[in-house]
Amino acid sequence: MNMILPASVSATPNGTTRPQVRIVIVGHVDHGKSTLVGRLLHETGSLPEGKLEMLKAVSARRGMPFEWSFLLDALQTERDQGITIDTTQIRFRTRSRDVVLIDAPGHAEFLRNMITGASQADGAVLIIDALEGVRDQTRRHGYLLHLLGIKQVAIVVNKMDRVDFSADRFKAISDEISAHLIGLGVTPTAVIPISARDGDGVAEQTPRIGWYQGPTVVEALDALEPARPLEQLALRLPVQAIYKFDDRRIVAGRIESGSLSTGDEIVIMPAGKIAKIKTVESWPVTPLKGSHGAGRSVGITLDRELFIERGDVIAHVGATPRDTRRIRARIFWLHDKPLSKGDQILIRLGTRESRASVVAIEKAVDPGELSNEETKAIARNHVGEIDISLAQPIAADPYQENPRTGRLVIEVNGRIAGGGLVLSVDAGQRAVPIDIVPVESALRPEERSARYRHNGAVIWLTGLPGSGKSTLARALERRLFSRGGSPILLDGDTLRAGLNGDLGFSAHDRTENIRRLAEVATHLARNGHIAVVAAVSPSAEDRAAARRIADNSFREIYVATPAEVCESRDPKGHYAKARAGTLQAFTGIGNDYQPPARAELSIDTSAKTVSDATDEIERMLAESGILFDELVDLAANI
Amino acid sequence: MHLLDNESAGHGSRPGAFTKASSVPKILANGQLPPPSMDHLDELEAQSIYILREAFARLKKLALLWSLGKDSNVMIWLARKAFFGRVPFPALHVDTGKKFPEMYAFRDRFGKEWDLDLKIEPCPPIDGVDPTLPPAARSAARKTEGLKWALTKYGFDGLIAGIRRDEEATRAKERVFSPRGLEGGWDVRDQPPEFWDQFNASPPLGAHLRIHPILHWTEADIWAYTKRENIPIIPLYLSKDGKRYRSLGDQDITNPVASTASSIDEILTELDGTKVPERAGRALDHETEDAFERLRVAGYL
Repeated sequence: MNMILPASVSATPNGTTRPQVRIVIVGHVDHGKSTLVGRLLHETGSLPEGKLEMLKAVSARRGMPFEWSFLLDALQTERDQGITIDTTQIRFRTRSRDVVLIDAPGHAEFLRNMITGASQADGAVLIIDALEGVRDQTRRHGYLLHLLGIKQVAIVVNKMDRVDFSADRFKAISDEISAHLIGLGVTPTAVIPISARDGDGVAEQTPRIGWYQGPTVVEALDALEPARPLEQLALRLPVQAIYKFDDRRIVAGRIESGSLSTGDEIVIMPAGKIAKIKTVESWPVTPLKGSHGAGRSVGITLDRELFIERGDVIAHVGATPRDTRRIRARIFWLHDKPLSKGDQILIRLGTRESRASVVAIEKAVDPGELSNEETKAIARNHVGEIDISLAQPIAADPYQENPRTGRLVIEVNGRIAGGGLVLSVDAGQRAVPIDIVPVESALRPEERSARYRHNGAVIWLTGLPGSGKSTLARALERRLFSRGGSPILLDGDTLRAGLNGDLGFSAHDRTENIRRLAEVATHLARNGHIAVVAAVSPSAEDRAAARRIADNSFREIYVATPAEVCESRDPKGHYAKARAGTLQAFTGIGNDYQPPARAELSIDTSAKTVSDATDEIERMLAESGILFDELVDLAANI
Repeated sequence: MHLLDNESAGHGSRPGAFTKASSVPKILANGQLPPPSMDHLDELEAQSIYILREAFARLKKLALLWSLGKDSNVMIWLARKAFFGRVPFPALHVDTGKKFPEMYAFRDRFGKEWDLDLKIEPCPPIDGVDPTLPPAARSAARKTEGLKWALTKYGFDGLIAGIRRDEEATRAKERVFSPRGLEGGWDVRDQPPEFWDQFNASPPLGAHLRIHPILHWTEADIWAYTKRENIPIIPLYLSKDGKRYRSLGDQDITNPVASTASSIDEILTELDGTKVPERAGRALDHETEDAFERLRVAGYL
């Protein structure tokens, strides 16, 4: 357990070795963000000399009781209105790290400032008033954390003094907000009862919350990890500019992911031109040797004169982003005028800008409301999914493959008006401008979840023929149904008998087969069912596409039974036929199955019983927020 | 560390940190990620370079505000790194005429050594400045007026300024690309959203942008980087007779603080323990609780 120490204890004269973690504090207006920050600074001995006294004097002069929040609300205008207008950053230290606290306004009027603050954070604290409970802005901020890609979120239930430190009240709020966040794919790292005004639960536990066993706010902050540069992903170097200050022609930019070295063979996207890196230039020492990783701002020269411009993306041969004129994105909208179908906008993705038009708007909702009533346009401070057609090709990745080149902002009249995640690229392969109007279900997802006690999901079982996918899928179906759920089996072969009867086993047909399976399964998941897909699905890329379609509801299970065992089982007689040469293009013999690298679960059915394997799947579903019953226990343990 | 009176200032070999700084880690055998290949200063530097290059790519007529202090010297150093040796836009010194002699000596020497396109602009006399401001703030506001003159004279659409969030609560609210009105004013109530390093770089015709490449640095970061990169400094920052300047402005409204720190290492140790704010020696910050904000809304840095 880390204790807070005064700043003077941790002498680090070079100032470079301590990890720095940036944390944003969000939540509904008046739920106590600024108070918490003021209290944290005080408790950690981080206040400048005289600041507390000065603020007490200011309060006295205004005839008001002292408020911790005055510390951050340093602007005159804010003191008058009593709300935080913009985002402010404050630093303090714990034993293990430097913390930058970003205070973001809770007022709906200032959501753009909340986003400005939160987008810089490695983790978040979502604060909730114990008396008022979860409010619209609480839900909205929770949703935006998901869209901003912030995965580490600690919940603080503040003003416990107002509810007599009631454990029951705390648990009710904890359950409600945990369910909301888990539904968005964000699992809270902690739920903490506090009174920021009095100090309970901030830096130490007090007897008044003696029933609570979890971490204090300071301990929870200490557990959040700094975001790391994405060196393990494929190289993406968006070009900022070409400099010709002397006889060198330097291509400048920041490496967003991966790494590069002199001599690397690279592709310039979206044009697809190939070159080699001649030198890595710098100043005052140049050229540089060795490898240069994500996060560095670099300049390179190439071995040939190619047309290259700002906005191009440099990647390695064989691992390029896609070039596209069609993008599907999940966005938040901040402009006064709602975003509508047909609107002309400017897209910024990396260093590329492109004019674009909105082809379609789907799922436009107010993330603050429970009802989630859909509209045709995305109003200010609302979210939605849009289909965009670009005036010129650009290089992009889906955000699940690369968060840096998989996000974009939208500009209107020279001002940033919204932003979001790239869900998929090349939606344009489909026939374009037919006017389709999807009709939504009359039931809300929550209504179904409440009845089934689970969220919608796509459980994707992949593995060699004979590995036990169908057996497991059927056992899981029975298990989920017995607990009152609504599982639906989608067996690859069964669907090939009907919906996919027009498809063969060429690479193209296999891809289309998987796409259809994924679309049907996702439709079921969106309507609250658990689609259990059993399909060999040998191609890693096809499964990645399925994951993109199903998004957060996707759970991949690798049925990793050894090949010899599969062949010895041969339930359908396929291995025998293939060995005899009477069955072509059969996955299982040969090496054409690409095992998953990042499956949520891996099961070898030769090593455990069907019942044990089903238990394991059920556990994974509970832990990853699909099944509900476990949730209550989880929250109680935090 | 280089001082102005140190003959090797400006050239000289640099510490080994830079040349050995970049090696790409691989995933270790046990599946753990290796330690980051960039340290804290590397990250700050890369981010600042990114911002400077964005400014240069997206604006037509840039200038860098060179106040001669430690922050703007770091900024010039970063600009030289961003553009491979030479700053490709003018360095603008808005001169109140009341700086310390050491500061003018520094300007004259390094303006040449760093091959800067140096533009020196005078400030108007004090009579031309809002008489309702408290005395020190009124004096500082001359600089705002001088800045407006320079903007009109050259037609800059972007001014690069070395302010930092940790200096002062008002500056903490700044954007990296911060639009200014036609009169150079800052509308703190209507700042555009800024996220994912995507910047608002389209000022309305006749207005300009402030660009803040070191907004995310701290005072200690500035010193640690100055030391690592061997950037020359004005000796007034180091202790003499038990006092040193933490922040340098006009002679008549800047006071030294009590300090025995006579090297950058000692400054860093001192900063690690201090609770005295950096601008404690700046008279204009303390006249009234909102004097500094009023200055900034009017276009002060």
